[in-house]
Amino acid sequence: MSHAAIAEKPASTLRGDRLPKWSPWAIAAGSLAVAVAIGLGAGLDSKVQWGLIAGLIFLVATYGLAARVEGRRQAKDRIATALVWVAFLLAVVPLVSLVWTTIARGVKVLNIYFLTHSMGIVADSQPGGGIYHAIIGSLEQVGLATIIAAPIGVLTAVYLVEYGRGGLSRAVTFFVDVMTGVPSIVAGLFILSLMLIFDMEPFGFAGSMALAILMMPVVVRSTEEMLKLVPNELREASLALGVPKWRTILKVVLPTSIGGITTGIMLAVARIAGETAPVLLLVFGNRFINNNPFEGAQQSLPLYIYQQYANSAGANAAFDRAWAASLTLIAFVMILNLVARGIARWKAPKTGR
Amino acid sequence: MDTSTEITDTPPPAPQPSAEQKRAARGATRPGDRIFLGLSRGSGIFLLVIMAAIAVFLTYRASLAISKDHGNFLTTFEWNTNIQPPSFGIAVLAYGTVVSSIIAMVIAVPIAVAIALFLTHYAPRRLRGPIAYVIDLLAAVPSIVYGLWGALILVPHMNGLFGWLNDYFSWTGLFSWDEGPARSMLTVGILLAIMILPIITNVSREVFRQVPQMHEEAALALGATRWEVIRMAVIPFGRSGVISASMLGLGRALGETMAVATVLSPDFLIHGSLLNPGGGTFAQNIASKFGEADEFGRDALIASGLVLFVITLLVNGAARMIIARRKEYSGANA
Repeated sequence: MSHAAIAEKPASTLRGDRLPKWSPWAIAAGSLAVAVAIGLGAGLDSKVQWGLIAGLIFLVATYGLAARVEGRRQAKDRIATALVWVAFLLAVVPLVSLVWTTIARGVKVLNIYFLTHSMGIVADSQPGGGIYHAIIGSLEQVGLATIIAAPIGVLTAVYLVEYGRGGLSRAVTFFVDVMTGVPSIVAGLFILSLMLIFDMEPFGFAGSMALAILMMPVVVRSTEEMLKLVPNELREASLALGVPKWRTILKVVLPTSIGGITTGIMLAVARIAGETAPVLLLVFGNRFINNNPFEGAQQSLPLYIYQQYANSAGANAAFDRAWAASLTLIAFVMILNLVARGIARWKAPKTGR
Repeated sequence: MDTSTEITDTPPPAPQPSAEQKRAARGATRPGDRIFLGLSRGSGIFLLVIMAAIAVFLTYRASLAISKDHGNFLTTFEWNTNIQPPSFGIAVLAYGTVVSSIIAMVIAVPIAVAIALFLTHYAPRRLRGPIAYVIDLLAAVPSIVYGLWGALILVPHMNGLFGWLNDYFSWTGLFSWDEGPARSMLTVGILLAIMILPIITNVSREVFRQVPQMHEEAALALGATRWEVIRMAVIPFGRSGVISASMLGLGRALGETMAVATVLSPDFLIHGSLLNPGGGTFAQNIASKFGEADEFGRDALIASGLVLFVITLLVNGAARMIIARRKEYSGANA
């Protein structure tokens, strides 16, 4: 085929023939039209089938045309390009749907009343009620988990970067990696086994401990990356002045990387704020406001969403509350993320490279 | 590198310093230093202790339950911990966990790799940053929100696909459908795929970005098309990275609880068809059965959690080993 094209033309150009820039769009429009015609003609009512037929025609037409004009290798390239774009668009659909549904259905009942009242006197099937108790519970549990996990995580990272040599640090590095992959429900079961041994009832702090286990490896990982970015010259300059190593770390290394460390901790907080499984096992859920995380069952936002869904018995009021709570939770997580990234950009250490 | 270590290995003969001088020179005798080293090393050891404690305590409680199990823990097709004698087994859970994760991987890995390639090689340059940013944010969406979306939005929308699969592929046995609600393993697998897409994409993108520019330019200079550059320079360099990214995603999918618990309508049978509701996974079973479980029932659930813990440990450990090995040889390529 390409031989023919070359033979007809004077072989003066270095480039082979190319399809015009607009050809993918034209082929797409053409194949869509043909697919609709086939779908209507054959009486296929599923739009998915129309789409599949259109896709197939598009691939065949692209390959055929490109192979004829540009050669087989270019044709393969075009097919690959089309597939990559399709994969991207395919992935965008559910993600857009998720965000859109949460916002559209969440704003229905999300107002000041919803944020400042508990479910104390409201049945799950009735409208009304709110998430105040869940917000209190989430803030306390996540706050306590952060108080436990952040110092331990940062210190471990300091050990790995500043002191770590030999077997112990290699073991810690490996197990921190492995710990990142521990399913949240397993962390919950671990604390649950302790509670069974000591015969304890569910309470908020038990959830905090499980969340802390999930949070520590994330903090270690991100802090480690940040400490490695601190230029060695800074450490050497400080040590050369006779400053002890621990003061060097506290006064030079940590302040230099504090922005990145804060970012890492906030991202870790955002991650554990959405954890449901350990909270379900350890904090149990509560319709009333319980301000004390050390005694009695509490509520938390993700758990509230799950219970509203599970106990709804199909009542729309409960689904509305679940969506509104989801929107609150997503907003909280996203704001944490955005602020964290803002801090990272604002306080990025100057590596001098 | 080699020469410098050789030099430090054989220092010139010098007058031997006394032990005290040595300690002073290292600067490790200051009390502040010792306390700080102790604290940071203690934190590292504390993490190891936690991992060990998880294994020990789960095993202890699990052994309490398994010793009283009248069924076979590995092969029994039921989960009755409230009757006497109790009888429970993980066969259905293991099957469901593996099947849903496999479906998720089959869907998510090619799409995630394609998106990673899209972000590094195909997308218009101005769009790359924002899209990558959005994918980062999507990785932060809590799993319970995915679960709610899956149960209320995805499940009703699966009917069309299920009907189509049933019409054309029911002869395979995997895709026969009794027109029930679409709360089945396939829906769970699709939802898990959507959930693990961001993490696989992110890690793969990082790997593809590290492909040496020279390799790509060399391929282009030889007249390769963009696809040939990807196939000859990008994929071979990124293969192990993609594998480990996939295994990280697999670890997530295996342990996912809430999204499965909200979408699946479970039972304790192994179904040949992926479209009919039923089956269960480790994590989903723990969340669903926990409310009605007494102390013994909780021990039984802990036993199933221990199995899940071991599986995810193996998967994640393998993923990390692959990444670690890659680090060693990529240094030469850079």
